[in-house]
Amino acid sequence: MRVSVSWLREYVDLPADLPTGDLEQALVDLGIEVDSVADLRENVTGSLVVGEVLEIEELTGFKKPIRFVRVDVGAANGTGEPQEIVCGARNFAVGDRVVVILPGGVLPGGFAIGARKTYGRVSNGMICSARELGIGDDHAGILVLPEDSPAKPGDDARPVVGLDEVVLELDITPDRGYALSLRGLARELSHAFGVPFRDPALAPAPGGTAEPAYPVQVRDTVGCDRFAARMVRGVDPAAPTPAWMQRRLTTAGIRSISLPVDITNYVMLELGQPMHAFDADRIAGPLVVRRAEAGEKLTTLDGVTRVLAAEDMVICDDTGPISLAAVMGGETSEVVPETTNVLFEAAHWDPVMVGRTARRHKLFSEAAKRWERGVDPALPLVALERAVRLLTEYGGGTVDDEILDIDNVRPRTPITLPADLPTRRIGVDYPPARVVALLEQVGCTVTQGADRLAEDPGAVGVASGAGVALTVTPPTWRPDLTDPADLVEEVVRLDGYDRVPSVLPVAPAGRGLTWQQRRRRTVAQALADRGYVEVLAHPFVSPELPDLLGLPADDPRRPAVRLANPLSDEEPLLRTTLLGPLLGVLKRNLGRGHRDLALYEIGAVFHPRPGAGSPPAMGVDRRPTDAEFAAADAVVPDQPRHVAAVLAGEIELSGWWGAGRAAGWADAVEAGRTVLTAAGVPQDRIEVRAAEYAPWHPGRCAELVVDGAVVGHAGELHPTVVAALELPRRTSAMELNLDLLPAPPVLPAPEVSGFPPALIDVALVVDENVPAAQVQRALTEGAGHLLEDVRLFDVYTSEQLGAGRKSLAYKLTFRAPDRTLTVEEAVAARDAAVAVAAERFGATLRGA
Amino acid sequence: MTYRNDPYDPKQVALLDPAALAEAVADAEKAFAAAGDPDALTALRPAHLGDRAPVSLARREIGALPPAAKADAGKRVNEARRAIEAAYAARAEVLEREHAERVLVAERVDVTLPYDRQPRGARHPLSTLMEQISDLFVGMGYEVAEGPEVDLEWVNFDALNIPADHPARGLMDTFYIDPADRSGLVLRTHTSTVQTRTMLGRKPPIYVICPGRVYRTDEVDATHSPVFHQAEGLVVDKGITMAHLRGTLDHFARAIFGPDARTRWRPHYFPFTEPSAEFDVWFPEHRDGPRWVEWGGCGMVNPRVLRACGIDPEVYSGFAFGMGIDRTLMVRHGVSDIRHLFEGDVRFSRALGTGA
Repeated sequence: MRVSVSWLREYVDLPADLPTGDLEQALVDLGIEVDSVADLRENVTGSLVVGEVLEIEELTGFKKPIRFVRVDVGAANGTGEPQEIVCGARNFAVGDRVVVILPGGVLPGGFAIGARKTYGRVSNGMICSARELGIGDDHAGILVLPEDSPAKPGDDARPVVGLDEVVLELDITPDRGYALSLRGLARELSHAFGVPFRDPALAPAPGGTAEPAYPVQVRDTVGCDRFAARMVRGVDPAAPTPAWMQRRLTTAGIRSISLPVDITNYVMLELGQPMHAFDADRIAGPLVVRRAEAGEKLTTLDGVTRVLAAEDMVICDDTGPISLAAVMGGETSEVVPETTNVLFEAAHWDPVMVGRTARRHKLFSEAAKRWERGVDPALPLVALERAVRLLTEYGGGTVDDEILDIDNVRPRTPITLPADLPTRRIGVDYPPARVVALLEQVGCTVTQGADRLAEDPGAVGVASGAGVALTVTPPTWRPDLTDPADLVEEVVRLDGYDRVPSVLPVAPAGRGLTWQQRRRRTVAQALADRGYVEVLAHPFVSPELPDLLGLPADDPRRPAVRLANPLSDEEPLLRTTLLGPLLGVLKRNLGRGHRDLALYEIGAVFHPRPGAGSPPAMGVDRRPTDAEFAAADAVVPDQPRHVAAVLAGEIELSGWWGAGRAAGWADAVEAGRTVLTAAGVPQDRIEVRAAEYAPWHPGRCAELVVDGAVVGHAGELHPTVVAALELPRRTSAMELNLDLLPAPPVLPAPEVSGFPPALIDVALVVDENVPAAQVQRALTEGAGHLLEDVRLFDVYTSEQLGAGRKSLAYKLTFRAPDRTLTVEEAVAARDAAVAVAAERFGATLRGA
Repeated sequence: MTYRNDPYDPKQVALLDPAALAEAVADAEKAFAAAGDPDALTALRPAHLGDRAPVSLARREIGALPPAAKADAGKRVNEARRAIEAAYAARAEVLEREHAERVLVAERVDVTLPYDRQPRGARHPLSTLMEQISDLFVGMGYEVAEGPEVDLEWVNFDALNIPADHPARGLMDTFYIDPADRSGLVLRTHTSTVQTRTMLGRKPPIYVICPGRVYRTDEVDATHSPVFHQAEGLVVDKGITMAHLRGTLDHFARAIFGPDARTRWRPHYFPFTEPSAEFDVWFPEHRDGPRWVEWGGCGMVNPRVLRACGIDPEVYSGFAFGMGIDRTLMVRHGVSDIRHLFEGDVRFSRALGTGA
């Protein structure tokens, strides 16, 4: 809402020399956000003066007609001589008064004015249009002052055209519709400064008459609980909107249309009552206010033909709907340049209905904005009175005596407020008398408890107010005040938030982070320590991603949660794997010249629930039962937390120490082991197995297994995927579902023996397809309890070994907890280990 | 030993002469001093202390002396031998020390050589900030609560007193899950969903902090991202007041923005709190000089929300607050463009993602 301070001053006695900053602070403290404060005096610098056209010389021979004009600017130019100006506009005549900017001045947008030669003459300044001055959209011609303007040549033109204003742009929260009016804002400011407020809604207005101003039938009093109308006949259709009104509308961002329509908008700004003006001669028969029939059509003022829904409210005449109630009028009954008989309507509509209608038809008009946020139902007759007075004053005509008022507004339900509730909720001591005073200040009527207070202040007028119940009836313009908590807010807001003290509450003893939360940190830190950089990617992905990743048709990562309104139509899905977005981040880094990259992300992926329908409807008047909520929760997609890493380039850089090492499948698998270890999974419960799983290379993919269950995959990406995504060769990746990992067990401590170890190396020759991990497992199982450690230190193939064979060299460390092992004991244990490997895989000791 | 049977050698007998012994000592000392390194010294040992060295030969001759002279000669020979041994040891120590020093000099390297063999990893600064916030509140006895990012509309809106046709719902710029009219699901627009779920799941007293990801349909630019992060605090207990809210926010502000930080409130509207306020924080270290910075929204939990979650508003009251973690990070560190947080450029995380 944009409004000028001078207009506000018509209703509230703000201090004369109020600094703008103080005004802004007062509004902020009232809960009214100030988007901007524009001092229009700063918009135009230099001499902006009133000029009177003395002489017009038409210049010919140019592409368009040009005028050379002599203008009397009084003494403003220092000489008193007429100012000579070249002008392209033609909408003025000798004797008109216009707005002239003299050389040296600067118009909005930094447009500096000088004396310059143009069209063969010297132009000493410029005659301005409303748009050039930044006060309107009108650029059809220059601004000609109205005949009744008292301005004289040479006067400062700023006050004349409204450029002396301070304009506030305010952001009104959705609960306070009343503040979308001068009336509401002035009332609030009167609280802030403790100054008198003149309520324009208290102006006398005649009540409804037995005979209606126009025959109207309201068929749905839920959608429309009040409908009032008055008729003005014989209006001068040519009568212009007065300049001051136009200026105020322009400031508010509302275009001037015609006098009757401008008046409805002006009254809306002033009082907060949206209105409509019908051309009475373009309505056929009585008006009917009803719900629309589904599929009914109406062409609204913006020229769009709208198909109505059964919930929309419409105003109809004999021809059908002529207005989409509360949101926008229709073309067929609108005021036109020939209109002489005007029917003003001021009604009160159901805010929920208006909101839905506005959203359904995407019509967020100024009226709809106010209806949605709540309009005072007591306003229609006052607004009508104001409108007919303005119209007859500026457009002539006569007002019919009949006043229509179909009033089904229900009285407000009073709120019971324990007098000590504000104190208990805020922590500031508000004596009951103070609570009552503040509530009355915002317009509430306080009864019962308040009466008791007045009668017996000794009993209840003390600090606590405990046990005293106030009965509070909010004013008609505050539909947002419905609960005791709303009244508590009014008390603290007007008393001042800065009075709320700072007290730290003491929570009961907490239990710290959960093991899952601790695990996420240790995993994240372990990867960072290993050289991986954490990123947070957007989760939006393209429907093509599963194909690019080569996922099979029945892959569970194909079904995805789809956004109804994605930012980009190309990425309407939520990720089912972290790899898509993470590889995107990898590519962005490559594009920026980084070559050696190790990235990771920890985040949610989204799997829709198969066959999930709509959740059951749940109210808010009570807690849903556990069964109800469980049924609703079952619709929510599965959102396990994953960790993924991607690698490209070198994981060890080359340098003065020697050559670097390219990242590859083994690093990705190791990243998986790093995660599992950091997550507290014991080594003997981790298994790494060969797997074929998209998007990995089928021969270079490992599945990470914990307690026999696959929890993730790692390895080199499939060359096809690498090509499709235009990634560097051998790009490797790991992804693992953290939610599948078991809780870290409480581990038994090892016996740390101080006796010396026996070290024995064995080289086993096996078929090259035998996984090393299984050979190692066989050795471990066969060696028995004396084995402390087994480590593969070499893998090797040769012609001597024969085709399809490989040698695995292990270092076995044996140690006993209670003695130094004899050579015989160590050799026996080694032999037992090799025997199991031989039995399972036909392993033979090399050189044996 | 068989020296008693050695043939008598008058020349060697002469070695027992005091002058001869003194000369042997002097010769040794002179030779040792001339040795330039431990190896050279070692090579001199046989000549001066070995079996054929003068003092060794002199000892052999003692046996040939009359018994009365033996003690005196033995003492003389021993003294000479000890003197040579001492000279040797002293010289050895000097030479060993000099040698060790030479080796240390020879082994000198340039310790300023970079060793960036493994490129440096990093946490994301938003992650570490979320952990800092969590730790702060855990230290005050709170628990860290979490919830799903795709959640029920009922949880995101209805239960928080934002009915279907409330204008506040329109202001939220919500991502709806397809089909929008039937799924009943949204990408949560605020971490207040965790308020709902926490209150549904447990009885007061409730003290939780909920950091997490939220979504709005904002086009990406320097200050907007469709994905961002919030931290939501919720307290529900007996006798909770707005003064407790201010105390908590002031404490929070000091932990994040330094000991001189404090908050100021502006009345505002949130459907799920009443009274409600937006709060600013005084940040003395701001990149552009000390100033108030918009930080978040807060208020007393609306009794309607308590009721919808099964908590008796006659018995319990509570406060809630929420603030943008991204914004906090950007203000605190002077980040000029929110896109830096989500583009994943390794330079960004490496620069900021190391602190705790």
